[in-house]
Amino acid sequence: MIETFETQIAANKRSTVFIVAGLCALLAVIGATLGGAVSNGDPSAMMTSLVITFIGSALGALISYHYAPDIVLGLTGSKRIAKVDDPELFNVVEEMSIAAGIPMPSVYLVNDAAMNAFATGKDPAHAAVSITTGLRSRLSREELQGVIAHEIGHIVNYDIRLMMVAAVVGGAIALLSDFIWRTGRYRGGSRRYHRENNSGGIFLVIGIVVALVAPIVSKLLQLAISRQREFLADATAVKLTRNPHGLSSALVKLVTDTDPLDHENRALEHLYIVSPTRKLNEANLDSVWSTHPPIRARVQRIMSLAV
Amino acid sequence: MSGFIVLLLFIGAVAMWFIGAYNGLVGKRIACDNAWSQIDIQLKRRHDLIPNLIETVKGYASHEKGTLEAVIAARNSAVQVAGQGAAAQGSAEGALTSTLNRLFALGEAYPDLKANTNFQSLQEELSSTENRIGFARQNYNDCVGLYKTAKQSFPTNFVANSFNFEDRAFFELGADEKVAVQAVPQVKF
Repeated sequence: MIETFETQIAANKRSTVFIVAGLCALLAVIGATLGGAVSNGDPSAMMTSLVITFIGSALGALISYHYAPDIVLGLTGSKRIAKVDDPELFNVVEEMSIAAGIPMPSVYLVNDAAMNAFATGKDPAHAAVSITTGLRSRLSREELQGVIAHEIGHIVNYDIRLMMVAAVVGGAIALLSDFIWRTGRYRGGSRRYHRENNSGGIFLVIGIVVALVAPIVSKLLQLAISRQREFLADATAVKLTRNPHGLSSALVKLVTDTDPLDHENRALEHLYIVSPTRKLNEANLDSVWSTHPPIRARVQRIMSLAV
Repeated sequence: MSGFIVLLLFIGAVAMWFIGAYNGLVGKRIACDNAWSQIDIQLKRRHDLIPNLIETVKGYASHEKGTLEAVIAARNSAVQVAGQGAAAQGSAEGALTSTLNRLFALGEAYPDLKANTNFQSLQEELSSTENRIGFARQNYNDCVGLYKTAKQSFPTNFVANSFNFEDRAFFELGADEKVAVQAVPQVKF
């Protein structure tokens, strides 16, 4: 069982590399197409555009990688708390980080009646867990332990890094596709007036297809990873607490909550312990468009892990 | 010529594998030692919390001298055997746990003590420390399990044997501590 977790974590680190490579390839296609569309298919312009796209997105990714955790905490309205504010929550977080053998992450509260929680950070040494006051106040210590163990699971499994990198590069693709889309429309309009040499047309068509398909592909990729990571974090939580009941009863409480988050943001949906937008459907719905597996399936898997 | 290159590549691949296997074993051994020291940190934390608790309880239940002195004695002997091996430590900590349970039970007899915020927060801290000790031991055993698996798996076992990676033992509760753990009073509602 332990070996399975180890191999899963190794697989997770590997898939970070694969996803980044895949998304970079997608970026290269977009870059070249963009150059082609703008320069009517001049190869050197395509190459330049490719290089610029690459350097630009690498810089962007690096910068976002460093600032993303703080940005995420800011966007979700998380406030950092000290031990005196909530000793029990602090103790549970510390207990779970000891069980996982990682440094204690910083603890944040979101002042929101909706019930949810998430983890973020670059790696286990720079991580944070955040929980809404609504969830905090309605959980028993055992359930809180399960929820925190799930979040610590995301940290030790390196999901926080994987999802952050995927979100950053996915965001770059969305931005560039949007740019091609608008450039294409502009050129398409101007061509009618100039009646110039038309070899850029083919790139225009490719560009539009890429602009349409790339964001969908990268989004589906992110969603597929996200659903797998949720199952693994649940399993890690059971391994850390040696108790499947806390997390499963917390999930059952979570699914009955219909109150949406105040700081709801679709881009951050995959971070939370349960999807903040489609909670009610989530009990049964299984779709490629969900960030999370159905809660019923999660509870079944958790209970099957009983140790 | 090409045979020579193939040979070089082969030697290079073996060397890379060897480096990976060796460093993997070192990393797992360090993880075991870190996990072990975390147990000691949490035991020390428990020892440090007790004088405060004694002071608080004294103010409300000073004539429960027997219980207070038992806790102090158990704490002092636990401090003394700290670092003298898992067996001695285990039985001293087990004795401390059972006297502490008696002390916390006093809260039921003295409502003022039970309502004291200092007593409540110390109770939370000590029960959390109890959990931490448990989770630290669990983590230590997880680390030892990984280390042992790596050490005994083929072909890493050749590296482990030729460089004398010493064994690490699983943590197991001593006989005394087992008794103490089983004697934890049942909470009824």
